[in-house]
Amino acid sequence: MERREFLTSSSGATALALAAASGLVPAYAQNAPGWNKVAFDSKSFAEAAKTLGATSAPVESKELVLQAPEIAENGSVVRVGAQSSMANTTQIAFVVEKNPSALAALFDIPAGTDASVSTNIKMGQSSNVYALAKVGDKYFYAVKEVKVTLGGCGG
Amino acid sequence: MSDPMRIRAQAQGDKTTVRVLVSHEMESGQRKDAAGKTVPAWFIQTINATWNGKTVMSAQWGTAVSKNPFVQFSFKGGKAGDKIVVNWVDNHGDKRSDEALVA
Amino acid sequence: MKSSLYGPAALAALTALALFPLSAAAQKSTAEGIAEYRAMLADGNPAELYEAKGELIWKQARGPKNASLEKCDLGKGPGVVKGTFVELPRFFADTRRVQDLESRLLTCMEQLQGFNAADIAKTSFGTGEQKTIESLVAYISGESRGMSFNLPQAHAQEKLMYEVGKKVFYLRGGPYDFSCASCHGEDNKRVRLQDLPNLTKEPGASTGFGAWPAYRVSSGDLWSMQRRLNDCYRQQRFPFPGYASDATIALGVYMGVNSKGGASTAPALKR
Repeated sequence: MERREFLTSSSGATALALAAASGLVPAYAQNAPGWNKVAFDSKSFAEAAKTLGATSAPVESKELVLQAPEIAENGSVVRVGAQSSMANTTQIAFVVEKNPSALAALFDIPAGTDASVSTNIKMGQSSNVYALAKVGDKYFYAVKEVKVTLGGCGG
Repeated sequence: MSDPMRIRAQAQGDKTTVRVLVSHEMESGQRKDAAGKTVPAWFIQTINATWNGKTVMSAQWGTAVSKNPFVQFSFKGGKAGDKIVVNWVDNHGDKRSDEALVA
Repeated sequence: MKSSLYGPAALAALTALALFPLSAAAQKSTAEGIAEYRAMLADGNPAELYEAKGELIWKQARGPKNASLEKCDLGKGPGVVKGTFVELPRFFADTRRVQDLESRLLTCMEQLQGFNAADIAKTSFGTGEQKTIESLVAYISGESRGMSFNLPQAHAQEKLMYEVGKKVFYLRGGPYDFSCASCHGEDNKRVRLQDLPNLTKEPGASTGFGAWPAYRVSSGDLWSMQRRLNDCYRQQRFPFPGYASDATIALGVYMGVNSKGGASTAPALKR
């Protein structure tokens, strides 16, 4: 595991990590190599941005377009997409402010890949959804409120 | 044992668009079972795609990605017959790799 | 512009929705919002995962007789899959019965593969061989996607089952004095935000009947038509007539014949 993650983990997680390292707990307590646990533990958009490396508050940008429905018939599947027209966009993240873990997904954009991704995410309740883009060493965002509602009997 | 992914890759002009459906529970760790016990989180944490060996998509996912995940991305280049390989790793340490040819 | 998230299927769904009158003017923006939500999801339906699995299972040697289902006759001759879904339920000479897709699969699984059909009928949805059937119905219905319903009504049994299905559809009872028709017997009804298709005629019949089997977002599973009917009966507080029972098959004939000319969208994506 990374040293930074070790230092910032909560004591419980640290104990678990130590136990995992010594082979005392089964494999499912381990995280995949390269998975940023600290970022995924974030409880808000601001915290997610900070743990991903933003040194100042992200700036709202019209060059980052977030696609999300205004109303989600079911919070367990919500299609979100983000497109950045800013050159040198190297990461795009989706953050749901009111989810228990705010950061939903983080995409690296290798050179040659379009700064445009979409995926399906879960939302526990109505919330602001953010797209966060890393451009050089700066962070930009777009935001949209998605209302989660309940449908009827099942169509 | 996990089921195969569905990978569709379509080349158009100078661009290839890839859509991936993954068979996975993506258990959030927030849900309780019938007995009131929390169902432990079980979810894909990293996923990446390569085109003829070059990484064209690489992501980290949390518990909020939906069950049976979907992802769409596109990259410059690619032609019919090129190979796309997608790999994922979940928090149980389970892995899966599937491939498809660009259409 | 959100065009990049909308495939052709999604645009078709939006267009189709625009053709239906809305329940109330006040609901318009909400209904449009939900139409947008559904259209965004139309591309990338997880039902595709079940279709792929079902195709493998269809060809796989399984069961006590270690045989595949490739000789199963779904109505167009042994092994023919394409186009069968939009003509089911229909009469089968070998069993002397009108059968829907699932009861026919039970016949094939018993005769070709040596499974016990009665045991599978008793198995809970989403477990054991019922999981196999979920994948199979996804594959088989997917092979008729976009084709128009055209159930045969030439055989006397088929005509009889239509009339029985109609009776079952309008049969009122249970603690709520409910019938299928209470929700699905006229236009412009809804439950909360869900528009309810009128299953007694087109276009409602194929919109409703023609969408199942479907991937159910709320449970994250593929639901067969039998499972969908089971849930309708649960919501009516009726006992379920039984998996692959004649009553459920008759309902399928009634809804399927009413869908004539409408396109099948199964396996669709549902709330």
